[in-house]
Amino acid sequence: MAFISSGYDPKEPMKNRITDIGPRKYDEFYPPVIAKNKGAWLYHEYLQPGVFFHVAESGDKIYTVRVGGARLMSTLLIREVAEIADKHCGGHVRWTTRNNIEFMVDDEKKVAPLVKDLESRKFKGGSFKFPVGGTGAGITNIVHTQGWVHCHTPATDASGPVKATMDVLFDDFKNSRLPAKLRVSLACCLNMCGAVHCSDIAILGYHRKPPMLDHEYLDKMCEIPLAIAACPTAAIKPAKVEFGGQKLNSVAVNNERCMFCGNCYTMCPAMPLADKEGDGIVIMAGGKVSNRRSAPKFSKVVVAFLPNEAPRWPQTTAVIKKMVDVYANDARKYERLGEWAERIGWERFFEKCELPFTHHLIDDFRDPAYYTWRQSTLFKF
Amino acid sequence: MAKHKTPLLDQLESGPWPSFVSDLKALAEERTKNPTKIDFQIPVDVVDDLLGLLELSFKDGATHWKHGGIVGVFGYGGGVIGRYCDQPEMFPGVAHFHTMRVSQPGGKFYTAEYLRNLCDLWDLRGSGMTNMHGSTGDIIFLGTRTDQLEEIFFELTHKFNQDLGGSGSNLRTPSDCIGSARCEFACYDTNDLCFTMTNDYQDELHRPAFPYKFKFKFDGCPNCCVASIARSDMSFIGTWRDDIRIDQEAVQAYIGGELKPNAGAFSGRDWGKFSIQKEVIRLCPTECMWMEGNKLMIDNKECNRCMHCINVMPRALRIGKDRGLSILVGAKAPILDGAQMGSLLVPFVKAEAPYEEIKEVIEKVWDWWMEEGKNRERLGELIKRQGFQKLLEATGIAPDARHVKEPRSNPYIFWKEEEVEGGWTRDVNEFRKHHLR
Repeated sequence: MAFISSGYDPKEPMKNRITDIGPRKYDEFYPPVIAKNKGAWLYHEYLQPGVFFHVAESGDKIYTVRVGGARLMSTLLIREVAEIADKHCGGHVRWTTRNNIEFMVDDEKKVAPLVKDLESRKFKGGSFKFPVGGTGAGITNIVHTQGWVHCHTPATDASGPVKATMDVLFDDFKNSRLPAKLRVSLACCLNMCGAVHCSDIAILGYHRKPPMLDHEYLDKMCEIPLAIAACPTAAIKPAKVEFGGQKLNSVAVNNERCMFCGNCYTMCPAMPLADKEGDGIVIMAGGKVSNRRSAPKFSKVVVAFLPNEAPRWPQTTAVIKKMVDVYANDARKYERLGEWAERIGWERFFEKCELPFTHHLIDDFRDPAYYTWRQSTLFKF
Repeated sequence: MAKHKTPLLDQLESGPWPSFVSDLKALAEERTKNPTKIDFQIPVDVVDDLLGLLELSFKDGATHWKHGGIVGVFGYGGGVIGRYCDQPEMFPGVAHFHTMRVSQPGGKFYTAEYLRNLCDLWDLRGSGMTNMHGSTGDIIFLGTRTDQLEEIFFELTHKFNQDLGGSGSNLRTPSDCIGSARCEFACYDTNDLCFTMTNDYQDELHRPAFPYKFKFKFDGCPNCCVASIARSDMSFIGTWRDDIRIDQEAVQAYIGGELKPNAGAFSGRDWGKFSIQKEVIRLCPTECMWMEGNKLMIDNKECNRCMHCINVMPRALRIGKDRGLSILVGAKAPILDGAQMGSLLVPFVKAEAPYEEIKEVIEKVWDWWMEEGKNRERLGELIKRQGFQKLLEATGIAPDARHVKEPRSNPYIFWKEEEVEGGWTRDVNEFRKHHLR
């Protein structure tokens, strides 16, 4: 390969440099019917799961077909999206905040050929490229993080467990049988780039072993005071250690106080935590971000640990499938998973979902813990 | 023939959900064949090696990526995340595999032409793998080498009028819901406010000067489709303060069964005949709705705009006309002191260009946080450490009962001396004249 210059001159980096221009302006990319009717939409309606239309005050309509997709996506597949957009949608397309792709057309007659085309496209391995669904009272795409494909701190993979989970939940992606929408999210470590802490069901990667200490390199690779300051439980202190006949500056960790958050490793690469047996998955449930009927809620830990069972994480997907099915059969119409759990009581939630309640699930982290214990006699047998 | 055997990953090719493994394999094959004769600027087998490395992680149950190195483009402190693998000899194609964040357009609308341009650039100068999109909202270019960073940036800015996004201790790329572009619930133009704030604060976005990361997210209504209330240091949620508009004929059409409740979003099960009493009036959290004969009545003053009735009967009920947004502050994920939800700071402000009133609040919050925040302290943590009152003082916002769910249940008030009649300086000898020792 020969180096191809873009025109950038490393000797004169400021020459012709363009900076601070921001993203492309949204309205450059609007389909014409969107540009015309923006701010003047009247209502929307679903034709089938994944297919809906909006009607504007002008009488114009826009039909949207939503498809799921892996957020890890090749240029090959993006080119195929562009091809479909050209073929059916006048060259326009959009993505949703949950990694779905939306193809929009301005005429109902264009919907069926578009859906047929999308559903007919499959990968070599047999999976759908563009499954239609993910709307209404069902399960839409999982928002998630990088995992083992590109991150340095994960306690589990992201794309793998997401694929395994969506395969198990696929019927509910294609259907709207649930009492309300149900959002599943995955974050591969506590940093939660995916912010799963307010999801109906959250899959969270978690470490369970304190950091190892690479004493020989620790002072060379890290700012020791930053590593110490990074610890939320003050479990790290400075220490002198003997190494190869030398006294080296390093740190000591009080393992009893470690909560395995990995914040020290974020600041200091000489304190790795990851471990095949130690790492795995925490399942949380009952969160939401919508203000509908009740305030947004945090997800609660309902399973303290499940092992990383690559490639298909069968225990994780089984717990999730069970929770979804019990919720589907037991909750009232419009109840989100967390609202249902609160109405029947969490003790009943564990019973119905056949989940063991262990000491790990009782909060013991600082002040907020007290407010989660039961200060009443209002419990169920 | 694939470069590496991937028996574990291969098991993720079956099943209905789109397989990222199949997609990766297809791209690896395409690069090997190279039908369009691209003069690849990074190793041709980069995707093969990415598959091989991922297979090794599936086997080992751990990542094989090292901490990021400090790489970037000249003059920016963010937008590029350095990434190196810890098995460079086995997988030389991904020995250097940096991420670039490309600032996404509002509402994530694209043209096919623009997408192809990005693909051409990324096939030539990168791995061809992306995230559509990253958690913050950017288009993520996943994997290139250091010598390509300036080249990519130069082409993005010169050819495509396109900038990088944020990373590190700066303003992260703001993101929005689809807003009034295609949603009748949107109470303001999220695309425009997001675009304006992104461009007005380019310096804050590209050059880290904050104690830690800072996120803006823009939700058009209280349904919160971009989760701003959970995921952003400053959350802008559309709302209104006048009356819900009622179309009484459409109400009757829902009652009569001519219109499908919830726009047909519950079609997968027979929930029985629609009952406005059971499904709307009795589920209203403030009990501010009732029927008077055939008329649906709403005591709008008592409505807290939860959206339930509007979600159920979108053809009968519409958001009010006096629209704006609420600003909530301090949301974050659990690291370190537990997760926080956004707390209400501004109950209502108009959202009209050029958004000066909104910017005034933003800048006062930033001034306070940059002055008082410790290294790696999120805004929400500073508010917890110093107290909500300090935030009100810093922003000059008057305390309001809307700021709390309930008033405090302890009387430990930090009275200020000037609030107490006569001040705090007293004469103990004078006191003793009437109170013997």
